[in-house]
Amino acid sequence: MSEFGHILTLPILIPLVVGALLILINERHHQLKFAINLVSTMGLLAVSLILLYLTDYPQDGLNAVVYLAANWEAPFGIVLVGDRLSAVMLVLTTVIATGALIFSYSRWAQVGVHFHTLFQLLLMGIHGALLTGDIFNLFVFFEVMLAASYGLLLHGYNVVRLRAGLQYITINLVASVFFLIGIALIYAGVGSLNMADIAAQASLLEAGNRTLFHTGAAVLAVAFLTKSAMWPLSFWLPNAYTAAAPPVTALLVVLTKIGVYVVLRLYLLFFGEHAGASAEFGAPLLLTGGLLTMAYGIIGLIASQESNRIASYSAIISSGTLLALIGMGNSAMLSSLLFYLISSTLAVAAFALLSELISRIYPTRNQVLAITFEAFEVDEKHDVSSGYVIPAAMAFLGLSGMACALIIAGLPPLSGFVAKFGILHQLLQTEHLNATAWLFMILIISAGLGSIITFVRFGIRSFWASHREAPPRLKLTEVAPIIVLLMICVGLVIFAGPMFDLLERTSGEATNATQYIERVLNQPSVGGSQ
Amino acid sequence: MEFILAIAIGILFASGIWLVLRPRSFQVIIGLMLLSYATNLFIFITGKLAINQPAFTFSEAAAATELFTDPLPQALVLTAIVIGFATTALYLVVLLGSRGLTGTDHVDGKEREVTHE
Repeated sequence: MSEFGHILTLPILIPLVVGALLILINERHHQLKFAINLVSTMGLLAVSLILLYLTDYPQDGLNAVVYLAANWEAPFGIVLVGDRLSAVMLVLTTVIATGALIFSYSRWAQVGVHFHTLFQLLLMGIHGALLTGDIFNLFVFFEVMLAASYGLLLHGYNVVRLRAGLQYITINLVASVFFLIGIALIYAGVGSLNMADIAAQASLLEAGNRTLFHTGAAVLAVAFLTKSAMWPLSFWLPNAYTAAAPPVTALLVVLTKIGVYVVLRLYLLFFGEHAGASAEFGAPLLLTGGLLTMAYGIIGLIASQESNRIASYSAIISSGTLLALIGMGNSAMLSSLLFYLISSTLAVAAFALLSELISRIYPTRNQVLAITFEAFEVDEKHDVSSGYVIPAAMAFLGLSGMACALIIAGLPPLSGFVAKFGILHQLLQTEHLNATAWLFMILIISAGLGSIITFVRFGIRSFWASHREAPPRLKLTEVAPIIVLLMICVGLVIFAGPMFDLLERTSGEATNATQYIERVLNQPSVGGSQ
Repeated sequence: MEFILAIAIGILFASGIWLVLRPRSFQVIIGLMLLSYATNLFIFITGKLAINQPAFTFSEAAAATELFTDPLPQALVLTAIVIGFATTALYLVVLLGSRGLTGTDHVDGKEREVTHE
């Protein structure tokens, strides 16, 4: 085993231990809890960056980092696999988590109990889902992630959140049933739960087993597509996003992208070119579903008035675009796909945080919020002491709102433009453009147009047509994460060259399933034969 | 044997799906439980049904695969049962909270308005 293998356990163990530790500290010491949580989350960010470095510049000439739990060789034991794709997603998750956590400092972490514990457990679930190389463990980590997200969605308990929470939990429990049935069918068909082993056997299956395998994969896809919000499995999303506390919404945006990541990962492994008769199974469905999701998102977006709903439908459009791109199966476009994923996730998360600040322009609309704060005794006086109130609040809100709009719509000069330009450029380079590709291009451009219309209308209503004498009070801890998230998007434009190089290497590695299979299945155990 | 189990799983799934689609949260939770029972049985039979065959042995001498049943689905079922219990308990808490705060057990948190002809 490579000496770096153990680093893969850190993103799972740190949040588990810290989350457990935080239960022991009384809620009155919220600053201490916040500090511990922040140190842990920043630590996870550092670990993710190290992992990205290790996977991108392999020290021992091997591509991915593989960890054999309890020293059992794959496919018999449980493996953790960190390659560039996992590492990129890990960095994205921890960046947004850090932002959401800092944002929650002045208010949201105090409106309920055990926010920090649930936050760490959510990170544990996400990281586990990103790193695992085994579909049953994927299920377990998904359940950890979802259980924590149920708690976080209900954080700051009120009627709206309960109603949304009840529906969100029901949907996800049913999706988990699909998940289990899918796993059982794949096991019945292939006889393995290890992703690399399943991928290796995909081309060798007999006809009967292949049918079982395909059925299992399709049932499994229902679970992931519910999480990644493909139409018609996406109706839960706007309600859940609108009801949740803003830092939680930012994390839920990441959760949706984890669904997309799993679809991408399993699709490339199970149904890539190496899979023989199984190759490209389900691709037309992903493409059609993605296109329908985009159309649904555009219609929903134009109909949205509230900022939370705008964020929800932006997330749906972004999921739809990604799923359609996966369904096209054009491996040359994978790097643009990842660039789009990173840029849109950052922007939608930033907008989800921003939307709560914007809603403070209208204090009367925040009645539900006021009740919550009363119940948990978060009063304004205490609030003032725990944060520096920034000047020029309206200017900040306007400018960052505009930046989010530019990224989500994909207009120059910000990163959304680079992402969409990359996608369209790659698409136009393919020789035989079929009708679906044209439809996709029309939809992606209409998505930009729809976003612009919605954001302009929203901006005029919020900033120009609002008659309020005193600007809303914004804390530095609430403003800084939004600025940082948007600055990363600016950085993505400035360093678009190196970023695309990294993503090229990432997609090159992710599409090379044969290499992944060999790497995981040939990982020697410690003390075993080399 | 397979036939009986298949029928049982089918009935559990059918009842579960019907209950999950009902408007009362209590019906939904019973439906979710039936679905998870059905799923557990389903996972269990993926390792093929075998009568009187243990899942593992401690004696290496007697380790012939045809004498034993597949232990993996049993391990999976165990995990699935535990996770299912936990999520059902969590759902129950939310259900009770919703009943207390909204005063109704309708899943939408409010009764459907009755229209008079």
